[in-house]
Amino acid sequence: METTKSTAMDFSKETLKALDDYIESLDDKQGLLIHILHKAQELFGYLPQDLQLYIARKLDIPAAKVFGVVSFYSFFAQEKRGKHNVSICMGTACFVQGAERVYDALRSALGVEAGGTSEDGLFTLNAVRCIGACGLAPVALIDDKVFGHLSEEKIKDIIKEYREGMQDEDQYAESAV
Amino acid sequence: METVKITINDIELRVPKGRTILEAAKMIDIQIPTLCYLNMEGFHIANQTSSCRVCLVEVVGRAALVPSCSEKVTEGMVIRTDSAKAVAARRMSVELLLSNHPKECLTCQKNLECELQSLAQRLGITDIGFEGEMMNYEIDHSSLSLVKNPNKCIMCRRCETMCNEVQTCGILSAISRGFDAYVGPAFHLDMVDTSCTFCGQCVAVCPTGALTEVNNVRDVVDALNDPSKHVVAQVAPAIRVAIGEMFDMDPGTITTGQLATSLRRLGFDGVFDTDFAADLTILEEASELVHRIKHGGRLPILTSCCPAWVRFFEHQFPDLLDVPSTCKSPQMMMGTIVKTYYAEKLNIDPKDLVVVSIMPCLAKKAEAARMEMDVDSMHNVDLVLSTREFGAMLKEAGTNFAHLPSSDFDSILGESTGAAVIFGTTGGVIEAAVRTAYEWLTGEVLKNVNFEQLRGLEGIRSATVKIGDMDLNIGIAHELGNARKLLEEIRQGKSHYHAIEIMACPGGCIGGGGQPYHHGDMEIIRKRQEAIYREDAGKTKRKSHENQEVLKLYEEYLGEPYGEMAHKLLHTKYTAKDRI
Repeated sequence: METTKSTAMDFSKETLKALDDYIESLDDKQGLLIHILHKAQELFGYLPQDLQLYIARKLDIPAAKVFGVVSFYSFFAQEKRGKHNVSICMGTACFVQGAERVYDALRSALGVEAGGTSEDGLFTLNAVRCIGACGLAPVALIDDKVFGHLSEEKIKDIIKEYREGMQDEDQYAESAV
Repeated sequence: METVKITINDIELRVPKGRTILEAAKMIDIQIPTLCYLNMEGFHIANQTSSCRVCLVEVVGRAALVPSCSEKVTEGMVIRTDSAKAVAARRMSVELLLSNHPKECLTCQKNLECELQSLAQRLGITDIGFEGEMMNYEIDHSSLSLVKNPNKCIMCRRCETMCNEVQTCGILSAISRGFDAYVGPAFHLDMVDTSCTFCGQCVAVCPTGALTEVNNVRDVVDALNDPSKHVVAQVAPAIRVAIGEMFDMDPGTITTGQLATSLRRLGFDGVFDTDFAADLTILEEASELVHRIKHGGRLPILTSCCPAWVRFFEHQFPDLLDVPSTCKSPQMMMGTIVKTYYAEKLNIDPKDLVVVSIMPCLAKKAEAARMEMDVDSMHNVDLVLSTREFGAMLKEAGTNFAHLPSSDFDSILGESTGAAVIFGTTGGVIEAAVRTAYEWLTGEVLKNVNFEQLRGLEGIRSATVKIGDMDLNIGIAHELGNARKLLEEIRQGKSHYHAIEIMACPGGCIGGGGQPYHHGDMEIIRKRQEAIYREDAGKTKRKSHENQEVLKLYEEYLGEPYGEMAHKLLHTKYTAKDRI
């Protein structure tokens, strides 16, 4: 292919305008790439390639540079994410306490591998390194809530309750150590 | 100049403030191995990422070893480059690099030119103490110019320095992190899908085989072995002052006569000089310049000989496509004339002709396949070899290149003037154009053909040349970052130039991406440039419009310069492209 094409983004004009306005408000646009990417992810939920290219052209910097930054930081998502972010800790302590069985239960409950998003668009599954809550091992995060002392049954119930919209998570949630 | 007193390996010395330990050590002939470090002195190009840890030295009083390539000297610093600790650490750095590097040196294109290989040899590494996971990336064969093999990459970032800082193309970046990190384009794109200009400067500085040219030697050998094919060669001006380096000749040795002889011995049926087509280019380009001046056309006019430059403006300045000259490059003009005029003269079906170019350039490989260049749906040039590939071909054949007798290029496409040979250096194309435009615009004979004010190696140069009662403002840029500055001026309507010459590579074609590796020694580029001007000065004819074979070509075949036939065969068009 000689000419590269930029596919049209199907993002709403309003959201794009919000991003444009944010970029316009900055003095050092090129120097604040990470801030702009944060804002873009906040607005769009993730950073697809078209959006990265859009930002690169807007800032007049190479797309490779934007992609380099996006691919470097695990915070930035390039795939569409589910409504809830499920992160299962696979650190040593959790692993010893049976995190792998919990992880397997999650995979089967959500029907995806790590990094994937469930078909109903509700959950994105991540396998992460130690989150510093070893006393609660095995532990998982759903968005910013911590769920500790998990078992296969317990995690299945939590997912089920999220699905049913019964988000009375407090009976399970415990504060991180 | 402010200096500081330091001690290196028990030797006391004073060093200008701001120097690195590596530079200070060099002053007293102390060798410290380096790998990622590259300093192209005089060209303001340096790669100092301190990423390879091969140049570690001990600074007394400091717990950690320091990379000498970037650590600056300070008053009273006591340095040991030869302590057991430093030597062991440097060795370990190289062993770690080798632990994740394919051990296929025998069949690697960079064999004996690889800086990692020579480092391993220098440090006497015969055993690698580490074993572990190896990188396993797909090799990018997508383009016609260069091959990118991330598995051989040592993350020195020299290619990024060339692509991003010098050429301002920004194609290459470090992608991902940790063990998964590699150097590549945005979104894991293939190189061919990016706005890469294929200038090949990343290849010119890559210390290993991670970036190499697409090797077309086997295709050329196959063509030579095919009795149904009439194979002709053309040699670009910059080859004759560089290829000798591959045969232990001094940089800047002129080997024009040996080139013609060597090509004939390899079995080429026609041995032509791209210089002939350079003279032809000047007749077209000077006509276009004169036409634009006389008819109030778009000014400035930009030269269009450099295919990396052409891709650069198509991708980066698609709004300015009417500014460059429409002239094909000399390589493409030669190909076109071979497949039309020459084919007719010899009564050969153009389909049986194979045109092989020997070029200092990797972008020429991609240029040969540009559809915009085709005549009657046929490529003008079939195969392009870099100087390095052609040198390798001669070595394989056992050619004693340095001692070959001289011979001339073949008539009817072999004559050339001094104006053509200077196409090989920055400033040369525009000087050649001025020599002809002067005589055409004034009707007077130009007595002194040396336009010294256009020569040199500064990145951007400008001069005003008096032509009759007209002041012709000329701009010259080499390296695409410098070209960008002149293009931005045009875009903003601030350019005061009538004509601008652009070449993508440092020094022009003499520093092309396909030339023998300079390994950071820029004195080599200077010597090549001196040789180019020496060759020009030694020519009896030094103005393109005095080339008798070119004039005969117009008389017998093309008609008027910039006329209808010339337009059909020798001019091209440009296509706006996206930037990515």
